[in-house]
Amino acid sequence: MAVPGVNVTGLTKEERLIIMQEDSVGLVETRYFHFAQSPKELVLESGQKIGPITIAYETYGQLNKEKSNAILIEHALSGDAHAAGFHKGAKEPGWWDSMIGPGKAFDTTKYFVICSNIIGGCRGSTGPSSINPKTDKPYALDFPILTISDMVKAQKYLIDYLGIEKLLSVVGGSMGGQQVLEWVALYPEKLASAIPIATTLKHSPQQIAFNEVGRQAVMADSAWQGGNYYGYGQPKSGLAVARMIGHITYMSDQSMEEKFSRKLKEKKENFKFTTDFEVEGYLKYRGDNFVRRFDANSYLYITKAMDYFDLSGGKFIPSGKSIDTKFLVISFKSDWLYPSYQSQDIVRQLKMKRIDATYCEIKSTYGHDAFLLEVKEETHLLKHFLKKVSSNI
Amino acid sequence: MKSECLKLDHRVICDIIEFGSSVLDLGSGDGELLSLLSEKRSVKGQGIEIKEEAIYKCVERGLSVFHSDIDTGLSEYPDKSFDYVILNQSLQEAKNVIFVIDEALRVGKKVIVGFPNFAYVRARTRLFFKGKTPVTKSLPYRWYNTPNLHFLSISDFIDFCRDKNIKIIKALYLSKDKVIKFLPNLFALNAVFVIEKAD
Repeated sequence: MAVPGVNVTGLTKEERLIIMQEDSVGLVETRYFHFAQSPKELVLESGQKIGPITIAYETYGQLNKEKSNAILIEHALSGDAHAAGFHKGAKEPGWWDSMIGPGKAFDTTKYFVICSNIIGGCRGSTGPSSINPKTDKPYALDFPILTISDMVKAQKYLIDYLGIEKLLSVVGGSMGGQQVLEWVALYPEKLASAIPIATTLKHSPQQIAFNEVGRQAVMADSAWQGGNYYGYGQPKSGLAVARMIGHITYMSDQSMEEKFSRKLKEKKENFKFTTDFEVEGYLKYRGDNFVRRFDANSYLYITKAMDYFDLSGGKFIPSGKSIDTKFLVISFKSDWLYPSYQSQDIVRQLKMKRIDATYCEIKSTYGHDAFLLEVKEETHLLKHFLKKVSSNI
Repeated sequence: MKSECLKLDHRVICDIIEFGSSVLDLGSGDGELLSLLSEKRSVKGQGIEIKEEAIYKCVERGLSVFHSDIDTGLSEYPDKSFDYVILNQSLQEAKNVIFVIDEALRVGKKVIVGFPNFAYVRARTRLFFKGKTPVTKSLPYRWYNTPNLHFLSISDFIDFCRDKNIKIIKALYLSKDKVIKFLPNLFALNAVFVIEKAD
């Protein structure tokens, strides 16, 4: 399928094959939206100001004439704006490519799909590794502490810039789900529907604890240098440990047994502190991989924002406020990081307000990772739900 | 064509419910009844269902449904949230019948209860002459695979409502293919009651 703005003649054979794939959005490019120039800086929840701000984003499919078919995808902790298709020269597609494309759950022949990188991130949007215009050096810890609400408020500027009055849906898993809930709390009138997946109205002490261990691992690495490591190299080992802990919490006892069991990398034990078990090798691989693409300070800022997240106690949908946003809430049975009871808490709030909603706990053994892996079940739910929501507009 | 094939209890319930009502279907299964009510009565419907496969069917039909058992599903709803709460062929599977009925009567202005009649003539003869657990058209399971936790007759339910001070507004008794009036506790396979809280 042809992609506007991409010169097909200059492509390699491999890239042409990607474009030919029927269910892929093909070659895509990240775009950048700039706003909050001085003196119109964004005022954050902490009271601090930040500007100018850049937001990296991608879009797939076409916005219809009525501008009523836009779906906003919210990424999780380590995600980015590149949700689907292929960047030029890349072998791996975007992080939710299994769900976005012609005929997929987010069918790009019907819907206009938007995904943007959160502020505080390190994948093209303004974050602690960006240059501070006041010092011409990276912000590092001079970057203000952010909240999920700040991320959503910044993202709203992008949606306004794209000329979209009302989103057909806003959807995301994990921290992406927190952003979905924040959108509901801040701009319910802008949403025809909302799809929070494997998420929570408030971070639990267990979730905060895991994040704190990750942050401590980063900050305990001498290479971190109080956050001023730019130009010297990342605190690699600390960030890798943080990521390894993360990956353990994303799996389940059963999925780890199925994936690794006690399998050894070589045929026998080495009787040394080397990587004997496959599970060790996997975590090491994940950690090393992460260090190459993710900024350690961004990791600190984003996990802190997740921990501050709390829409409990009537902050989600204030009393007296009636909203017509339709909900699809999804959780996964083996997810012990964002257990089903947290999604059921969301459902309870919706019931109290008599809001039209569907909730499904998908039987999965993948743990928290399930939201990226249970493609068939999610596709079935999302496809029919979105069809219903679009027909009601 | 489609409506002719519909289950009799679904048709009877559809006739009871007024156009545009709000309905909570407890144990909505694959959404057949709710879907009929949306189509024929334009109800604002919400289902509660425990089976995951059934949730997918409901969503496919464009229905809103919560994945939950019916024993714990209602506490968040304010009083009189729905015009009707339906417990069709699901009450006999509830763990705590009294609690479920009380909650249904609290959140619904009226409650529709449909259940298989255990005192149906063929159930009685099978038990009396063969000495075996009844298997009938409305109780099709064997003793080892039935989802039913409670077995009740029409007379049992009427007694229950009297004891619990629940008002019966309407009672419909169903044979295989029609509504009957003669000796229902003997000849009805299924019963559909409309009940409400007595003042």
